[in-house]
Amino acid sequence: MKVGVVTFPGSLDDRDAARAVRAVGGEPVSLWHGDADLRGVDAVILPGGFSYGDYLRCGAIARFAPVMDQLVPAAKGGLPVLGICNGFQVLTESHLLPGALIRNDHRKFNCVDTRLRVENAQTAWTSDFEQGQEITIVLKNGEGGFVADERTLDELEGEGRVVFRYVVPEGGRNPNGSYRHIAGITNERGNVVGLMPHPEHCVEEGYGPSLDGLPFFTSILKQVVNA
Amino acid sequence: MSTSTASSSTGHVPHVDTVGNAGATPDHEQPWLELGLKEDEYQRIRDILDRRPTSAELAMYSVMWSEHCSYKSSKVHFKHFADNTTEEMREKLLVGIGENAGVVDIGDGWAVTFKVESHNHPSYVEPYQGAATGVGGIVRDIMSMGARPIAVMDPLRFGNLNHPDTQRVLPGVVAGVGGYGNCLGLPNIGGEVVFDDCYQGNPLVNALCVGAMRREDIHLAKASGAGNKVILFGAKTGGDGIGGVSVLASETFEEGGPAKRPAVQVGDPFAEKVLIECCLDLYKAKVVDGIQDLGGAGLSCATSELASNGDGGMQVELDLVPLRDASLRPEEILMSESQERMMAVVEPAKLDEFMEICRRWDVEATVIGEVTEGDHLVITWHGEVIVDVPPRSVAHDGPVYHRPLERPAYLDSLQENATGSLAKPTTGDELKADLLTLLASPNLCDKSWVTDQYDRYVLGNTALAMPDDSGVVRVDEETGRGVAVSTDCNGRFAKLDPYAGAQLALAEAYRNVATVGATPLAITDCLNFGSPEDTGVMWQFEQAVMGIAEGCRELGVPVTGGNVSFYNQTGDVAIHPTPVIGVLGVMDDVARRTPSGWKTPGQVIYLLGTTRDELDGGEWAHVRHGHLGGRPPKVDLAAERLLGEILVNASRDGLVDAAHDLSDGGLAVALAEATMRNGVGARVWLDAVCERDGIDAFTALFSESTARVVVAVPRSEEVRFTDMCTARGQVHARIGVVDDQTDGIDVQGQFAVTLDELREAHTRTLPAVFGE
Repeated sequence: MKVGVVTFPGSLDDRDAARAVRAVGGEPVSLWHGDADLRGVDAVILPGGFSYGDYLRCGAIARFAPVMDQLVPAAKGGLPVLGICNGFQVLTESHLLPGALIRNDHRKFNCVDTRLRVENAQTAWTSDFEQGQEITIVLKNGEGGFVADERTLDELEGEGRVVFRYVVPEGGRNPNGSYRHIAGITNERGNVVGLMPHPEHCVEEGYGPSLDGLPFFTSILKQVVNA
Repeated sequence: MSTSTASSSTGHVPHVDTVGNAGATPDHEQPWLELGLKEDEYQRIRDILDRRPTSAELAMYSVMWSEHCSYKSSKVHFKHFADNTTEEMREKLLVGIGENAGVVDIGDGWAVTFKVESHNHPSYVEPYQGAATGVGGIVRDIMSMGARPIAVMDPLRFGNLNHPDTQRVLPGVVAGVGGYGNCLGLPNIGGEVVFDDCYQGNPLVNALCVGAMRREDIHLAKASGAGNKVILFGAKTGGDGIGGVSVLASETFEEGGPAKRPAVQVGDPFAEKVLIECCLDLYKAKVVDGIQDLGGAGLSCATSELASNGDGGMQVELDLVPLRDASLRPEEILMSESQERMMAVVEPAKLDEFMEICRRWDVEATVIGEVTEGDHLVITWHGEVIVDVPPRSVAHDGPVYHRPLERPAYLDSLQENATGSLAKPTTGDELKADLLTLLASPNLCDKSWVTDQYDRYVLGNTALAMPDDSGVVRVDEETGRGVAVSTDCNGRFAKLDPYAGAQLALAEAYRNVATVGATPLAITDCLNFGSPEDTGVMWQFEQAVMGIAEGCRELGVPVTGGNVSFYNQTGDVAIHPTPVIGVLGVMDDVARRTPSGWKTPGQVIYLLGTTRDELDGGEWAHVRHGHLGGRPPKVDLAAERLLGEILVNASRDGLVDAAHDLSDGGLAVALAEATMRNGVGARVWLDAVCERDGIDAFTALFSESTARVVVAVPRSEEVRFTDMCTARGQVHARIGVVDDQTDGIDVQGQFAVTLDELREAHTRTLPAVFGE
């Protein structure tokens, strides 16, 4: 299985994403932002970081990279794509996913281990989770507040497209002010998933708070093998 | 263009002050005083050149001979480092003091470089950019050794937590460290956050970076081989960071021209991230012959140091430097401290490949000169020679001062004013109250308000980060070989006795590295002091340097480099002497690192080391009584070395599952931190220790005697562990057991404190001041 990992100038977690792919026996393939070429990969990860310095708006410039000219139609055609943190921001800017990510409500960068609940275990990237399972995943961002208009939020909920929610005590606050505690969502087909937390930092004993990131990558492995 | 204004009585100085013109107008008055030079220093420049310097030369000498660049006040004391470096220590060093950063051999063909630097004054003026560019500068130092930066740490010191100005400085500094470091993709794995009134008008922002490379990939800052090209690459040069030179420019040229920009530089972490990747690709392609980053003193420093370290001269066409501001004068271009720039020396045959790699990363690269046969650094501006100097005279042969020094008169009365007479808690309830007060105090409270603003996970190699005793990162993904780093300093101890205080900082950092299971290998230091023109400060400085040098000799760890920061004072009042020591250790597999918190019920808690009545200068006296006096705890480096060996062996053989160093706040605070880390309680008894060491429960809990740690030992390993301690002569006492049935800590016969009580006290302090 070949999983492409895109490197934009300013991508930071591209090597971590590649390591996570290797950890489950996949073959990571490096994709360069300037090449309009997906190199025949079976799935793509848009990694975390600060693409193009996050200048203008997070993900806004990356959207126009040559590699995205290939990726957007491929994703619409069913190619599995996972956007992590900055990658999620690129996906919303590219309109592959709805909504937007804005500055955390407390106005600070925040690096914490967060509890998430898996709300949809049927996407290309979450099939190895149990529905409703609670997992611990690293969260680290300055602009991770998920927002959308009420109709879009209702639609996402109605269609089961909320994939992850922050586990928050009744009446409590989530780590970045996301509407309805949403941490990750998917598109209608379930092949494109974006989330703010970083599963690639949770794949190796001793180097992260859990191994709860592994099912993301085993899910896609099975999906591709069975396809 | 306006005409020259400073030429009335001494002849006409044209618009560009050329070498020819300087020879022709020997009596032209120059603003050496405004540029910070002393009269004899100016005279020395004239003697070196056998004429007056041009304005560009004067600008270069003035910045390169500044305290910051030339170490003119501190240099004479560095002989203590050389005198105390033994063959054993030298063997570990691949590159020593004097390069951009020292390099040590960590085995398996890996080399690690690390260094700590100060960015104190800019961070007070403009906290965000000051701190951000502090991170950027140290990262470029590490890059210029040929290494990939793999982690950063930031020892920070602020004034009183409740002072209004701390509200301005701290959030800005923390956001700057995070904003820059996070965007570079470097995990921030540790450091310090310390509060003391002495830093109110002069916060300390020190930044440390660690980098790793294969041994054969070490690069040096030298320009060799006539005909090789000199390339400036990275960001364009702008008017930021120009200090004293703007005095020169404004006095000599263009009155009424554009306003001079502020002296604090502005950082662009995205440009630096791209520069890192670009440099690593350049190294991989083996197209770089010599390399130097542009930091303090900008092009003046890079050109003169590269040329000085090489075997020839250098010719530079300054008008080829890409500018952000076309109105900059040559003197300003030479001085600009614009960030995110590097200079490389490249063989002509490799030039095309060099340029191609830069293009791939959208990094602007410009050939601005070449290495020459001669022995002079010659800089031209539109064809006219404006600098023609022996580069060594600029870079290395600056003035050296033997500043007068004298033990301060106040020291006797300060040392006599010990803690013996202070009211101490006697009952269990009072001990408990003091523990909770200490845990909530600014220096001991939970720092996650700060550290959660830093990315500690990026790169995927972080095995430990704050609040554990050291930051630990993996270097080799195949074997798990990696490094541990800790920085420490207690300025109050150094105030009471700078020699002992420096050694205590060294001992604590050394112990922290050993506590996680790493073998200490080398140190870097950031020596933050007041004005060198104050004889008392100079005495403190010499004492501290001697303390570090002799301490390193005893511990067998070399000093690889570092930084001196003087003039940290407000008016006449200097900060506490603050020699921050960073120790780096190596582990052959960081998966074996020992964390600070216990978690397995039934494991036995041992206290290693001896406790004496040592509360002077400690956190208890500071917090409970606002007291500073007496003498700091006794330094026992032989005991530290033995303890270190015990901890490393115990880690390697799997004899301990948790270990935590005892320092600020003593045993009581260490027990609380180890309990809170995983929320698993402990039962503790002190009687045996009190009886053995002849102390009371209060002293056992709050003394800050050195060479001590607590460890959690699995029952199955207890006999092996105690046998090892006994055989090696390590003092040890069984003081408790990890117990999930105990809520918090039960100090038998004294007090019980619940986990909620501990956490409530520990975590509220910073959010209460700075917001959730």
